[in-house]
Amino acid sequence: MTAWHEKTAHEIRDLVRRGEVTAVEVTKSYLDRIAAVESKVDAYTQVWSDYALEQAAAVDGRVRRGEDPGQMAGVPIALKEVLCTQHGFTTCASKILEGFRSPYDATVVRKLAQAGAVFLGKVNMDEFAMGSSTENSAIKTTRNPWNLRCVPGGSSGGSAAAVAADMCAVSLGSDTGGSIRQPACLCGCVGIKPTYGRVSRYGLVAFASSLDQIGPLTKDVQDAALTLSVICGKDPLDATSADLPAPDFTQALTGDIRGLRVGMPRECFTEALGPEMREKVVTAIDVLRQQGAEVVEVSLPHSEYAIAVYYIICTAEASANLARFDGVRYGFRHPDVKDVREMYVKSKSAAFGPEVKRRIMLGTYVLSSGYYDAYYLKAQKVRRLIKEDFDRAFEQCDIIATPTSPTPAFEFGAKTADPLEMYLSDIYTISTNLATLPGISLPCGLCASGLPAAIQLMARPFDEATLLRAAHCYEQNSGIQMGKPPIA
Amino acid sequence: MEYEAVIGMEVHVEINTKSKIFCGCSTEFNAPPNTNVCPVCLGFPGVLPVLNREMVNKSVAAGLALNCRISRWSKMDRKNYFYPDMAKNYQISQYDLPLCFKGHLDIEVDGEIRRIGITRAHMEEDTARNTHTIGGGQSGVDFNRSGVPLLEIVTEPDLRSAKEAYAYLVTLKQILQYLDVSDCNMEEGSLRAEANISVRPKGATAFGAKTEVKNVASFSGVQKAIEYEIARQIQVLEEGGKVLQETRGWDADRGITVTQRLKESAHDYRYFPEPDLVPIVVDEAWEHRIRDRLPELPMARKKRFMEQYGLSAYDAMVLTATRPLADYYEACVSAGAESKKAANWVMGDLQALLTDGKMEITQCRIAPAALAAMIRMIEEGAISGKIGKEVLADMFETGREPQAIVEEKGLAQISDEAAIEAIVAQVISDNPAQVEQYKAGKEKVMGFLVGQVMKASRGKANPELVNRILRDALKK
Ligand SMILES: [Zn+2]
Repeated sequence: MTAWHEKTAHEIRDLVRRGEVTAVEVTKSYLDRIAAVESKVDAYTQVWSDYALEQAAAVDGRVRRGEDPGQMAGVPIALKEVLCTQHGFTTCASKILEGFRSPYDATVVRKLAQAGAVFLGKVNMDEFAMGSSTENSAIKTTRNPWNLRCVPGGSSGGSAAAVAADMCAVSLGSDTGGSIRQPACLCGCVGIKPTYGRVSRYGLVAFASSLDQIGPLTKDVQDAALTLSVICGKDPLDATSADLPAPDFTQALTGDIRGLRVGMPRECFTEALGPEMREKVVTAIDVLRQQGAEVVEVSLPHSEYAIAVYYIICTAEASANLARFDGVRYGFRHPDVKDVREMYVKSKSAAFGPEVKRRIMLGTYVLSSGYYDAYYLKAQKVRRLIKEDFDRAFEQCDIIATPTSPTPAFEFGAKTADPLEMYLSDIYTISTNLATLPGISLPCGLCASGLPAAIQLMARPFDEATLLRAAHCYEQNSGIQMGKPPIA
Repeated sequence: MEYEAVIGMEVHVEINTKSKIFCGCSTEFNAPPNTNVCPVCLGFPGVLPVLNREMVNKSVAAGLALNCRISRWSKMDRKNYFYPDMAKNYQISQYDLPLCFKGHLDIEVDGEIRRIGITRAHMEEDTARNTHTIGGGQSGVDFNRSGVPLLEIVTEPDLRSAKEAYAYLVTLKQILQYLDVSDCNMEEGSLRAEANISVRPKGATAFGAKTEVKNVASFSGVQKAIEYEIARQIQVLEEGGKVLQETRGWDADRGITVTQRLKESAHDYRYFPEPDLVPIVVDEAWEHRIRDRLPELPMARKKRFMEQYGLSAYDAMVLTATRPLADYYEACVSAGAESKKAANWVMGDLQALLTDGKMEITQCRIAPAALAAMIRMIEEGAISGKIGKEVLADMFETGREPQAIVEEKGLAQISDEAAIEAIVAQVISDNPAQVEQYKAGKEKVMGFLVGQVMKASRGKANPELVNRILRDALKK
């Protein structure tokens, strides 16, 4: 029997469309794979076996009748728990949404379904997407397929682990400060955070509204381009979605990057970066140079403030976004309360995890009267300076290359004691969100420990075409064989 | 000591867009609870607001009518507080950059014009409605109102009496109704008024401590509540006390205000810009489009009615009280009715019929052109004024054309001299005693004889002819 689960999304799509394999066969292969390795990886929070086979059968029906089965025909997909679906539950890996069923589908879910994708289920994450290791999930602990003693990264840890372990062809994640790219790095897969506004956020349970973007985690760059083409575009239900045409990004993968200028920000290649990760990233940039790119040094002088700015803005927005989880209309309500106030306090106290509580308190504080100017307002000003750094840098280059994460995957518990240490996991990814740029993480080899390393590329706002072209060119010419993670 | 009151008003009006401010749900009032709802106005996880463009149009129109400046660039903000009538536990409102600002409204009190400063008018979403069982125990939340668009209009502390506050509300309501931006129905909650009241020694420039009075269900209630509150504050000061800064509720039954919440427990709303919405950019072209479509406002229309139609100030005021009434009157005149006669009919007999039927002019079955036709029939002598009243009542009832009614009921005026002469001869021979009295010089009896002729003609005889022919006949 062919191991369809080892194939990429575009391969599956082509085979299904040509009728060389049925979507049902492919789906069964993935469901078998999930059954075989889920106990080791624990990526899934819900597996929708029957529903997946139903969707697959519908795709096969369209193929048989000669109808267009869509650009993602038969591609098995895993969805992050933060995306609203009418099928199954939408819990954000939080006790406060235990058993919650969304009355509607997120726009990205609707678009993928229309394109013939098959949803296998939902995957684990840090509670409300707050974290960098998926250890903040209230549901389960997801392990890194490359080393089961290590975290998969986060917050889209389930999404990354599921792709890395061939438990889905594509997964969707969300990225507020690196939550797609950092786990993609730690699990050795491709992860792209589109420009803010490129993909509709309708149906993405908000963490930080001005930073959140949905994006795919995939086995290769072509799949990232394919999935992004399907999910992007103006959505009348999201006022912040950009009114731009939804291009076919796979057309951008020409393999030709001659004359492309690649900027290396000097602030990202300091002593703080470990020598092994540095060597891997520099080697990767050399591959781009060999393909005809010109490498220039650029500067992002305000990047040292990125983490501070990020944790003020994202917590401020989160403190309001999470206020609605109050036990009044849906989700968890503490059973033993005597009045409304106590219902709020007890429900929230019992059902939010410690990191979520920390961020709600931090966000409430920075917005408080007397502190607003010193924290929130100042952070907004510095956010602008950070964006201006990038504007200036992009006058000298077309692509910026940095590491994705300062370290490869770390062991469970290594950073849970110190939130600040954990926050530093996103030091290279956060600026992209603050500046609303697109960024992609690409595997660039294995460290001596056998864990994946990754390079991050960024581009100008809405220039995903150039970003994907460069990423694809690197992937085709890197000469790196990542192989498969050493799980059965 | 002599005191002076300082009053500012905060008025929330529901803007009458078809759909809510951030979703497609209907804004219809009185629908069964929780039927005009969707994930957006229920504040479900993952939803996003999208600003209703019509809300911006109507708010800009209101701002322009209140002589406000319109922000070229404004934004929505989140106002954070916890309450079960708030789907998201934050209200999307406008904080430091309101859509409309620095305006004024002229009001007329005792024949004098007073200019009241409008500080700002900003857009926000309404909350859901909580209802509680009597005696407590259970509360219900109706989210039909959640997300209904509101415009909050705030004045400068320019009002000096309860009477001025009343005049302000009446004038504001009239303008908003003219603009067709709100029903301004206080019973249905589409207009809610709060007053900030303080008193100070006359001539002082510093403000006294203010109280905020809420929960008032009518304009006259607002006036009474302010009168009461001014008197109460003066009494507190006269007795050497201090006015506490607080929110007070109006108890209409007892006619007093009572403490609701002391200001010490004031909220920190932690406002910040709403990241789910894009800035609101009203460029000059957009503002001009709305300005060009603004209807003639009540004060200007009143002035024009006096000049164009020769009406008295009082008649012009009554006829321009509402836009539908003024439109009705003008339609009637342009259909050929003489302007003063039309004013008398509209304000007199027609208004009486409407009042009896508890109806608005918009529900009237008489088309303005039909009323004009009826008035012309009187002028042309086709029917008498008295018959006109009867015809009007029939038109009001049935909506039929006056000509049809006159024809069917045989109400046409009798102007045939021979026919009237015959009736007169009959009346003279039937009333010899009265004829004698007249001939003896008792002129008053004439009225009785005319009445008899009219009665015999069932009101249809042309009164002028009746008078002349009767007089001639009596000379014989
Ligand atoms: Zn709605």
